[in-house]
Amino acid sequence: MKFDTPATTNPIDQLKVVGQPHHRIEGPLKVTGQAHYAYENNLPNQTYGYVVGAAIAKGRINSMDLDEARKAPGVIDIVTAENAGDLGKGDMNTAKLLGGPEIQHYHQAIALVIAESFEQARAAANLVRVDYAEEKGSFDLEVAKSEATKPESGEPDSDVGDFEAGFDSAAVKFDQTYHTPDQSHSMMEPHASVATWEGDKLKIWHSNQMINWGTNDLAKTLKIERDKIQLMSPFVGGGFGGKLFLRTDALLAALGSRAVNRPVKVALQRPLIPNNTTHRPATIQRIRIGAGEDGKITAIGHEGWSGDLEDGQPETAVQQTRFLYAGADRMTRTRLAVLNLPEGNAMRAPGEAPGLMALEIAMDEMAEQLKLDPVEFRVMNDTQVVPDTPEQQTSDDDSQAKRDEGGSKALPFSQRQLVECLHQGAERFGWNKRNAKPGLVRDGRWLVGFGVAAAFRNNLVMDSGARAILGADGLVTIETDMTDIGTGSYTIIAQTAAEMMGVPLEMVSVRLADSTYPVSSGSGGQFGANSSTAGVYAACVKLREAVAQKLGFNASDAKFADQQVSSGNRSLALKDAAKDGEIVVEDKIEFGDLGKEKQQSTFGAHFVEVGVDRFTGETRIRRMLAICAAGRILNPITARSQVIGAMTMGVGGALMEELAVDKRHGFFVNHDLAGYEVPVHADIPHQEVIFLDETDPNSSPMKAKGVGELGLCGVGAAVANALYNATGVRVREYPITLDKFLPGILPA
Amino acid sequence: MKSFTFERAETPAKAAAAAANNENAKFIAGGTNLLDLMKLEIEVPTHLIDVNKLKLDRIEETDDGGLRIGALVRNTDLASHQTVRRDFGVLSRALLAGASGQLRNKATTAGNLLQRTRCPYFYDTNMACNKRQPGSGCSAIGGFTRQLGVVGVSDACIATNPSDMNVALRALDATVETVKPDGETRSIAIADFHRLPGDTPQVETALEHGELITAVTLPAPVGGKHIYRKVRDRASYAFALVSVAGVIQPDGTGRIAVGGVAHKPWRMEEAEAELPQGAQAVANRLFADARPTDDNEFKILLTERTIAAVLDEARA
Amino acid sequence: MQSPGKLELNRRDLMVGTAASVSLAAVTNSAHAQTQKVDAPMRNDVSFTVNGKPVSLELDNRTTLLDALREQLQLTGTKKGCDHGQCGACTVLVDGKRINSCLSLAWMHEGDEITTIEGLGTPENLHPMQSAFLEHDGYQCGYCTPGQICSAVAVLDEIKAGVPSHVTGDITADPQASELEIRERMSGNICRCGAYSNIVEAMTDVAGRPA
Repeated sequence: MKFDTPATTNPIDQLKVVGQPHHRIEGPLKVTGQAHYAYENNLPNQTYGYVVGAAIAKGRINSMDLDEARKAPGVIDIVTAENAGDLGKGDMNTAKLLGGPEIQHYHQAIALVIAESFEQARAAANLVRVDYAEEKGSFDLEVAKSEATKPESGEPDSDVGDFEAGFDSAAVKFDQTYHTPDQSHSMMEPHASVATWEGDKLKIWHSNQMINWGTNDLAKTLKIERDKIQLMSPFVGGGFGGKLFLRTDALLAALGSRAVNRPVKVALQRPLIPNNTTHRPATIQRIRIGAGEDGKITAIGHEGWSGDLEDGQPETAVQQTRFLYAGADRMTRTRLAVLNLPEGNAMRAPGEAPGLMALEIAMDEMAEQLKLDPVEFRVMNDTQVVPDTPEQQTSDDDSQAKRDEGGSKALPFSQRQLVECLHQGAERFGWNKRNAKPGLVRDGRWLVGFGVAAAFRNNLVMDSGARAILGADGLVTIETDMTDIGTGSYTIIAQTAAEMMGVPLEMVSVRLADSTYPVSSGSGGQFGANSSTAGVYAACVKLREAVAQKLGFNASDAKFADQQVSSGNRSLALKDAAKDGEIVVEDKIEFGDLGKEKQQSTFGAHFVEVGVDRFTGETRIRRMLAICAAGRILNPITARSQVIGAMTMGVGGALMEELAVDKRHGFFVNHDLAGYEVPVHADIPHQEVIFLDETDPNSSPMKAKGVGELGLCGVGAAVANALYNATGVRVREYPITLDKFLPGILPA
Repeated sequence: MKSFTFERAETPAKAAAAAANNENAKFIAGGTNLLDLMKLEIEVPTHLIDVNKLKLDRIEETDDGGLRIGALVRNTDLASHQTVRRDFGVLSRALLAGASGQLRNKATTAGNLLQRTRCPYFYDTNMACNKRQPGSGCSAIGGFTRQLGVVGVSDACIATNPSDMNVALRALDATVETVKPDGETRSIAIADFHRLPGDTPQVETALEHGELITAVTLPAPVGGKHIYRKVRDRASYAFALVSVAGVIQPDGTGRIAVGGVAHKPWRMEEAEAELPQGAQAVANRLFADARPTDDNEFKILLTERTIAAVLDEARA
Repeated sequence: MQSPGKLELNRRDLMVGTAASVSLAAVTNSAHAQTQKVDAPMRNDVSFTVNGKPVSLELDNRTTLLDALREQLQLTGTKKGCDHGQCGACTVLVDGKRINSCLSLAWMHEGDEITTIEGLGTPENLHPMQSAFLEHDGYQCGYCTPGQICSAVAVLDEIKAGVPSHVTGDITADPQASELEIRERMSGNICRCGAYSNIVEAMTDVAGRPA
């Protein structure tokens, strides 16, 4: 099904099942421990692999001595780059998943020790002796920044009007630089795989968000045909972008299983994860804002620097600045330095998450400089059209619009309720109780402050396929390679199919995350919920047609409700259509160019109240509120959980999360869950989330968009701004740990 | 983890004797620190002596009104004990500020005393560490040192003692009771139990090989307000940046011991003499010989502020 | 044991009770028994009960309680998140008390009564805490969930037993099941999906019910 015209009324609009607060259909398995994650697919005759990580950041392996390890009790074999055969590299991987002789980053996998038991594999792995030739590397973004270059792909530069001139002539100017650190996904389930070969066919359970990417890249790396691989990931213990791509556990399990001709289980050891896998790269961001005395932004410039391995990608932290606020003269720059730290890559809301951490502090600072309320400053600089729409051919009729938008034909947003989010949030939060002068509100030993930030994330869509099956018992089964990484895919897919086919939720069965199923969007970029359910919608439209034909109805006027198909006075049981055999159809949603006619984005506002201990600077979040406008909410329970989870991650980013770089040895020092602190229960208060009523017919037949990343965007800055409001000390370097502002607060 | 044999000891003396016979033997009780380190092969015992059945799990009042705490009393049980809560509140508070409920249910009094540093370079076996491998050097110095020691450090090691309990025990002038392999018992003042790193950071306590902790004794309660303030980046389940154990009397005198700043709980009686002058005077004395790094210099001001918070709370 | 083949989810199955359930009959991993080259002193025999059923295992001395449950008994509900006591996903109840099963050797549990998530309830017969987690959506990816639930059950028991916490105002008094207390006591169970706010609601719900 092509989706190239905005959706009109369709069966989803009934909202009998979709949009209703159904609990997760897989929930009973999860709360009883019956949900089986990748490593838990125990197989007969299985063996255990233990990963050896490189001890240097850059250089070469001179030699590996495996003798002692091979002789260790229980050891069956050891896989290294030397004996693994000719390997390719996945399209999505920057560094090789099996290093040697060249080492590209610290803890890059260099061997898998396979033994009869986990204990034996672990002990033997410690007997692998490696002699390295270490080379000097570049590990300090601050230093490498001066040699950063313009990336070849993407849109590293954007210019509208003349930013430099506009900024120079602005009545009020603001110019600051911000730092965001490297961050770790730190999902609770380690990267894990179980692999087994049946002849030349590989069956693998691999904890992964994107079945198709993972399967393709595993085939490419192993240099075998894609259809020789069955990759499955029915339960994923968190991803956050860390499991978007094929990782070393899958490759090594596959190689190991081939070597020992038995199933091999591999879970990446927790202390290896931060350096072995990907992370969100650190950024340095310079933001300049020029405004009139009236508070209208006239010029806005955002430059971002990040680093990655050679051939890696930049963190596009300037992205949202092209969309969020008005202003005639605009500029963004993205620059990339080569660093020999582990591979930087996507983590939840890549680009916008660190970008808004900086931009939304800058907006707070500018509001103060202009003596404006930060909510109102944002409201007055709202724009209903994309402010940096590229120059386009325009007719004379458009001349007025052309002048209004600085010479460009304006690209409108399909929906943009930022102002509503801000106003409703301010009202609900009691924003008027905020003291604009910082550092003055006390509650016992606590300095109290309020903070706000806008949330913004573009709505991405991905083609997504599904198979729909009607059984003779009336059960509707959906098969798609979509994953559920905690996002609620099982449930919203079941809701979609139930709505489309007119059956209760109990009469839908959902099978996910198997590479033999139709290719879906997968889970990432907050595109999963909207795209994958749209794919299920497409398959169900086809199933309705097949059913109608079988039962002798005209598909266009047949109604599907209460497990019946009816038209006029005639009504038949849905299951009758399958009495001669199940009906199987397959389709996919293919997105056209609607995104070019109207910009699809999601908006929100975050409000935070913090308390800061006036003696020690310890920060506690006291209240959190998010208002989101993100299209139709397919399931308010799972969507809300996505947002509160993102808010929690935002608190981590604001207050504690940082992969500390050892700039001599080139690695993340705090590489476990004790060293890399993420929020715990005690850090998080009750969280409130409100979804504005919205449907976006441009996004898909579901009229939904994503919320999983929107919920994170801006949270860090809202916390930072609240902290400033509490203390009067402005910190521009995340995480905002107490050492960065303690001297500025007085205990008295 | 290397393979090992094990035995279950029946009496403290037999446990100590068993350890004496094997240079690579270790006692195990809760195991919450030892197993963590064995998995990384930072600890590589070839023989474990399970001391859990030694019946050292009682808390008894001593003749002089103090308390004798068995070595195997679990952290949860010690923190929950009515007498401890009433008369030695700083100890309860310190225990409850440490680790998690699960860990406190397993961790023992003796094990907590012997808890090893959480220096990330000690934990990464690719890095040089004089504590883990004497003579190999210290890769923490010059590296990421935010959590590490600011005072009492040496050129060989800047690690800190991670325990909260130890800080409170230092403030309470506890004594560590032991038995040696030859059956001899001795009492070691808590001040002398933990050592500064010097040139031998691998030697962390006054214990000899095979010497088994049997109890910790507390002298009679000294009254005053018992306060333990632990400052960390997240609100719970994290090691201290700085912690302060305070026992403050109504007249403003008292005791102050500091955690998170040194290789041992940091307490100086002459600094306590400055208490009437306020937190800054105390901190100045405590850190007169401090040697912080750029990363952890903030701990000095933070300690001062935390002492101020303790004094404020004591006045309230 | 659930077939590791195609997983199919549908609420009807769960309701009528055809979903997978774990049996302790499949106690030993077949791969394990056949291939031990380690010297006898490096192995041990241990007996304990798991979810009320007696279990005897012959194990490597190094095997943790966690790995014994997951790899030997196929009780994979107990999760391995870090294997170093840093996350709480492996939380189980031993003689009614919660511990991290990753930091405990199996042979040290001779004679102990161990309760795992599988022992608290099944999809057909949920424990009240499991129901409350479902009701309040106290989870997302589900990986930390068994540990959270085991911990949650123990936390309410600890509060009832009068065990104080870091945030207890007057530690000589009996603690209450307040949100503040619950948050502090649950802090040894990390949830990266960030379901904390909902978990506290689930626990408060259970705590408020008549015993």
